[in-house]
This record gives sequence, structure tokens and C-alpha cells, in this order.
Amino acid sequence: MGKDVTFRVFRGEPDEDGDSCGEMVDYTVEMDEGMVVLDVIHQIQTEHAPDLSCRWNCKAGKCGSCSAEVNGKPRLMCMTRMSDIEEETPAGQPVLVKPMQAFPLTKDLVVDVSWAYELNKTITPLAGPAEFDWNFQQNEADRVQEFRACIECMLCIDTCHVLREHKLFDEFAGPRFFVRLANLEMHPLDTEDRLASIKDEYGIGYCNITRCCTDVCPAGINITDNAIIPLKERIVTEYYDPIAWVAKKIGLRK
Amino acid sequence: MTDVTTHEYDVVIIGAGGAGLRAAIEATRKGATVAIICKSMLGKAHTVMAEGGAAAALGNADPRDNWQTHFRDTMKGGKYLNDWRMAEIHAKESPDRIRELEQWGAIFDRTPAGLTNQRNFGGHTYPRLAHIGDATGLEMIRTLQERGIHSGMEVFMEYTVRKIFTNDGKAIGCFAYNRADGTLHVFKAKTTVLATGGITRCWEVCSGSWEYTGEGHALAYWAGAEMGDMEFVQFHPTGMIWPPSVKGILVTEGVRGEGGMLRNSEDNRFMFNYVPEMYKPEFADTESEALEWVQEVIDGKLATKRRPPELLTRDVVAKAINSEIKAGRGSEHGGAYLDISWRDEEDVRKKLPGMYHQFKELAGVDITTQPMEVGPTAHYVMGGVKVDPLTQETTVQCLYAAGEAATGLHGANRLGGNSLSDLITFGKRSGEYSAKAAAEMDGWEEIPQSEIDDIIAETLAPFNRKGGENPATVVNELRKMMQEKVGIIRTKDLLIEALDDLNDFAARGKTTSPGGSRIYNPGWHQALEIDAMVDISRMCTMAALAREESRGGHTREDFPTPNHSHWGKINSVIMMGESGEMVLEHRTYPPMRDDLKDLLDASDLHEEEE
Repeated sequence: MGKDVTFRVFRGEPDEDGDSCGEMVDYTVEMDEGMVVLDVIHQIQTEHAPDLSCRWNCKAGKCGSCSAEVNGKPRLMCMTRMSDIEEETPAGQPVLVKPMQAFPLTKDLVVDVSWAYELNKTITPLAGPAEFDWNFQQNEADRVQEFRACIECMLCIDTCHVLREHKLFDEFAGPRFFVRLANLEMHPLDTEDRLASIKDEYGIGYCNITRCCTDVCPAGINITDNAIIPLKERIVTEYYDPIAWVAKKIGLRK
Repeated sequence: MTDVTTHEYDVVIIGAGGAGLRAAIEATRKGATVAIICKSMLGKAHTVMAEGGAAAALGNADPRDNWQTHFRDTMKGGKYLNDWRMAEIHAKESPDRIRELEQWGAIFDRTPAGLTNQRNFGGHTYPRLAHIGDATGLEMIRTLQERGIHSGMEVFMEYTVRKIFTNDGKAIGCFAYNRADGTLHVFKAKTTVLATGGITRCWEVCSGSWEYTGEGHALAYWAGAEMGDMEFVQFHPTGMIWPPSVKGILVTEGVRGEGGMLRNSEDNRFMFNYVPEMYKPEFADTESEALEWVQEVIDGKLATKRRPPELLTRDVVAKAINSEIKAGRGSEHGGAYLDISWRDEEDVRKKLPGMYHQFKELAGVDITTQPMEVGPTAHYVMGGVKVDPLTQETTVQCLYAAGEAATGLHGANRLGGNSLSDLITFGKRSGEYSAKAAAEMDGWEEIPQSEIDDIIAETLAPFNRKGGENPATVVNELRKMMQEKVGIIRTKDLLIEALDDLNDFAARGKTTSPGGSRIYNPGWHQALEIDAMVDISRMCTMAALAREESRGGHTREDFPTPNHSHWGKINSVIMMGESGEMVLEHRTYPPMRDDLKDLLDASDLHEEEE
């Protein structure tokens, strides 16, 4: 209690071309025990800058609203404890807080993620049973329940170099949506086939398995190993496996 | 700078949590054009935070369960102030609403037979809550979101609605501003659905986010709708209490459903001392019997023993913890100990992954080896907009309400799990009936320009005020005041003081100056929320002052017992009087059908006292 902390926070808006335009501003506030980064941001709003923009909702890692880059690392501000931040920040240096860099800026710590909502709409939805008569086991549920834990914080998108550096937003769906696609493809009640779109429209081939997305996932989803790689394997079997190709030709496989 | 964009939709739904999304899916299915307006981004609404499960008498985990028992449990838990017609509909229809979610992609945990599994919760006679670990709300909102985005509904994200326009007692549209870019919008609507959630942000210690400022409730009241049961606020017994920055964050009742035990600083399992007379026959009176019940549940057997008293209804458990703290037997940081560490580590992590994570990350506590510290947190409002039990139409024509924004289903106390099933049961009905009503209307009514101009002026007013208080200061002080004077235990003197204080807050709210621009400005947004918070707090305080008894979520130190013969049968109703003043009345629901009455515990009804 009583210790001061200084945050260096990005303040700004896009310029006429849509590029980020602003400055890093220092704010010092007093800390209380057990604070997280989001508490400090709220303290700054209350004491210094009521108009500092930031998204948040649940404050417990369940909604995925308060994504930002703290000391250069994409994370949820509500689940990042100040005790950890103090440890990693060099003595005498301020804590750096910036918005997610992969998305266009709205203002301060808020970015425009409408790309994600538009892309989501293009995914073929679940084709479930018409009647209430299904039945499946927990082990089948387990396979997809991991994917259901996604809170759509978009930190995986923010960190993915295909999107962050190469800006292939029109050709590549990104980790969050491979998680959704894997969920649908492995869903015990689904009868659709989305492999062609995963290969072509959603460009899964661009992913070269650097596992950055898995590293930043606050829901602990093993995105690379459990979602992306199995989808890649299915595509290889479907489109590039010569034995499967022959089997299909002679009618042994659909 | 005061350009306004006008939109026209058959049905405008305000709120995109479980109720709003379910309403949108149903209304589009009926052929209506639908706009759904939400304060946050899609998929982030309060429903996402729900943990334990959705209650429905599927009878999968225990075939003895049926809608009749669910009806009985809901009425008993609500201390018989519920609208029995809604309780009946909810008990009968919720199983199909749950099955429908699975049909649309939800993956609830399974029974060994491959059916939707169900867990035990407070006040439910049988295991009844469909769940996925302790993240059931996320599953529900994601399923509805993924269904909804393909339904044709138009989503307006990060918009705040500030007024519902009426003409001759009929809702004809609303005014909203875009929080991200500050643009102004008028929505002309044939029918409007309020699915705006709750009000618990009016208290300092709460499980709600910034969204829970009660604007939906206030919009209805300002439009002339009747509000019911506003004194009944649920203080959930188990919120986190330490460290200070997490105070209020919810700890799911699922912990107790999975065998969590409550203890005080003297290591006494105190809930055995707090079993109310009406629940005595159903609850264990020894620790060994309680433990045998848990063991039966863990082993997947049908329970034959009586339940542990930790599974009493939330009102009872919250007051018990409060009493222990007041008696000086609180935990280290002033709460109670909740212990699940006696169960197998693997089970705890599978059934309560969110709680494991939450305590580990935020409090440095490993719940598989250590007890949690918990205390009451403002969680839910049973009160809300009064609705027709079948159609969900409010007393304002063409205005509907569903979910937490509406009242009736839960009476004086809501059972855990009955909220998620409320959302989908009555969300569906509100969507269905609002779309039907819209289909019978030819076009949109004109909204008078003068009314649009007035609300725009009011919305932009904070920018014209210089040198006033930071809106956050006013809001923080209001929340502290409500916590202290209209909290879990209430008295006449403090309630009267609260009403005076609220007049001051109303005045201060009109002088705040947030500064900044219209682009994503939280200070401006907060400045605009204060009027709603003040009026909602006033409703709660007024109704609490009038109800001179203790029942469910409302406890009066000066009237500590229930008064069955009088208050046990009447509900409070608040509306705006002719000169804009807040008016309180008391009313009774129509008499219950005999076949339903037969399902209830005769001794609870106190008919001999009439």
C-alpha cells in the first residue's frame, strides 16, 4: 500500500490516413495491494484522465475485452498482476501500455476489431440435428470444449506475424478463427465440411506453426497443436495424399 | 455536429446478452427485421460471466426431477412472491430451450449415458443445472452469438440507448449514441425489447461490470412502464474479498454444488446453525449426513441422504456469512472460508477450471490445497419491468422486456441457475411476441423532432460544463452510499438518509464535466449514466423502506422476520406520477390455480393466517 507506480500510456487517434497518431503520456498513481494493470488504468481515469479510452467488462478473464500490450507483450489487463509487472519492469522505468498493434486504432487503448466480426460471419455455421435425439460421450465433448473456452480477446490475432507484420487480413483467418473452425469440424453433431474453405478462403497454409498464438492465449487453449495442426493434417489427407486420392478415385473413400 | 442517422426496423432489441440474442433469433425467425443494440461488443455482455449453469428439469442426472418440482423449488426459493404464471412457463419450457442450445452447437458436460449432465445448486431439489465446467455463460452467449450472426439481425455494437420515444402510451422507437465515434442515431421501431440486464453496479461491492448501471430499467420507467419488486436485490453469498482490487468478483455456487464447505475462523461449519424452518426437512443436520450426500453425488448415485446446508438458497447463505462476520468469526480478511480442497485435485480442476484459474492468478490461492475467502456481493436484481407473463409485453404498449430487466419469475430471491434459463425461455417469448405484434403494424410512427432535439441536447450537455466534478467521483460515492445504507441489512433510518443523499447525487450528476471529445470517451459515458443510477437506487430504497418485514433478498434489521399474512402476498409496484414524481403502490398477483398450489408445501403458504 502507498507505493507509487508510473504508467506510460499511448494517447492518440488515427490521422486522416487511418495511421496511429499520438504520444506516450506518463501518469503516476498510488497502488493498492493485489492490483492488476486494469486497476491502474481505472485509477488514471479517476485521478487524471476521465477521457482515457479503454475497453473492459468482467475484470476476471472471462470476456476478453481489455486486451492490450503491456511492456510490449499482448495480454489481458485484468489478469496481469502489478506484482508481476513490477518484477519485469526495469527499476526506475515506467510501465508501457499500448493498444493492440495489429488492428486499426480507434483511440488510446481501443482498437477497431470489426474485421474479426465480419470474418466470423463468413464461416459456415454448425449443421446440427433436426430432432432432439442426440447423444455423445464426454470424451467427444472434451475434444471441442477446449475450443469453446475462447473468449475472443484477439490477442492471438494481435501476435500472429501473418497478420501483424504481413497484414494478410484478406487471405488468412488467423488463430481465433481456426479455433472456431476446428470446433465446428470436430463437433460431434455437425455434418458440414469446411475443409475447402479452410484451405482456400481462410489460408491455413500461411501458418508456419511458430506457436506465438498459443503462448499468448489467456484461456490456455493449445491453438497450434490442437486446432491448427489437426486442420492442416486433414487438408493434407484430403488434397495432397496420393493414396487417399487413389482410394477416392476407385470409390473406397468419399 | 448534431447530425442524426435514422434507422427503421420492425423490432429493436436493446441488449445482446442471453435474452437479447435469443429474442433476436426468434424475431428474425418470425420474419421481422431486427436491430440489436449493445453497449459492449457482441459476445461480451454480462451473460458471458455466468458460471455455474442453466437450470432445467431435463431429468438426466436424476430421473425423479420434473417441471413440477422445478416450479415448486422456484416458488419456494422466491418466498412465494413470484408471478406463478412465469414460474410455470419457465419450469415447463426451459428443458427445450436447453436442448435447442445443444442443437445449435453448445457442448455441455455429459452424463455417462451421453446426455447433458446436470449439477446440484442451492434450492434445487435435484441436480438440475446444465453446465460446461464453470463457464456456462460463455457457452450460452457464444452459441447464441454464432447462431444470431447468421439470422439476419443487424448488430449495433458499442451504442448506448438514452431514451425510448412514446406516443399515446406506446413505444415507437429509441435514441442512441455510438460510444466509439460519438455519432447520434434514432431507431424507429414497431416494437422494442428491453434485454438490458441488471443494476448491481449501484453497489460498491458487486459482481457486475460497468454495464450494470440500470439504464434499461430506467429507460422503461422514464417511458412510463411499471416497475416491480425493486427492493429485492440478490447479494450472492460468495464473492472474492481479497485482494481489494478483486472484491466482489463472483465465486460460483458450483463450488458448493461440488461439495464446497463453509467455515468460520473457529473452523466451525456454521451453515448447520442457519437452516430456516421451511427448509429443515430437506437439509442434513449433521456433517456426516452432508458428507454422505456429497459422496453419493460424486459416485454418480441418486442421492438418498439430505443435502448439505451450504446448498440453501442464496439469501439464507449470504445472511449467514454476514452474521458470522458481525459476530467476530470472520476469516482473515473479513469473510468466510469456502473449502473444496478436500476433493480430488483433478476433479476440482475439471469441474471448476475458472475458479482454479481466478484464485491462482488474482489472489495467489491454490483452491485444490487451500480454502478460498469469500463474502457477499451484489449480484442480481429480482425486481424489474413488470411484464405480461405470456408475451413479456410491459405496461407500455409495444415495449417488451426479458431476462434480468424484467421481473416476476424470481419473487423475493432467485435460485442459482434460474437466470440463464430465464434468459432463453423469456428471451424467446419476447422475440416471438414482439415480432408478431410488429407484423400486424403497417409502418413506423413519426418521432417528433422536438423530442429528438431535447434528448440530443441532454446527451451533449456534459461537454458544455466546465470545472465540474469528475463523473467517476460521483459514481464511486453513490456506490459507497448504497452499499452502506441500502445494502444487505437495512434499517428505516438509513433508508431515509439514502433518499436524501440520492437527491444530492442527482444534483451533482447534472454538474459533472468529463472533458475530452465524443470519440470513445469513458468520462462522457459515465456522466450520462448517473441519472439512471440515481433513479434506480431511489426505486430500490423506496420499496425497501415500505416493506416492513424481512424476506428473500430484502432484510430489515428493524423488522427481522417475514410477515406472511400481509407482506407475504403483496408485491411493490413503482411508476412515474403525473408530475414526474416516483409513486409506489402494492399489489397482488391473481390467485394461483389449484393444481399448481397442490405442488407447493402447504405449510409454507400460511393460509391459516388469512
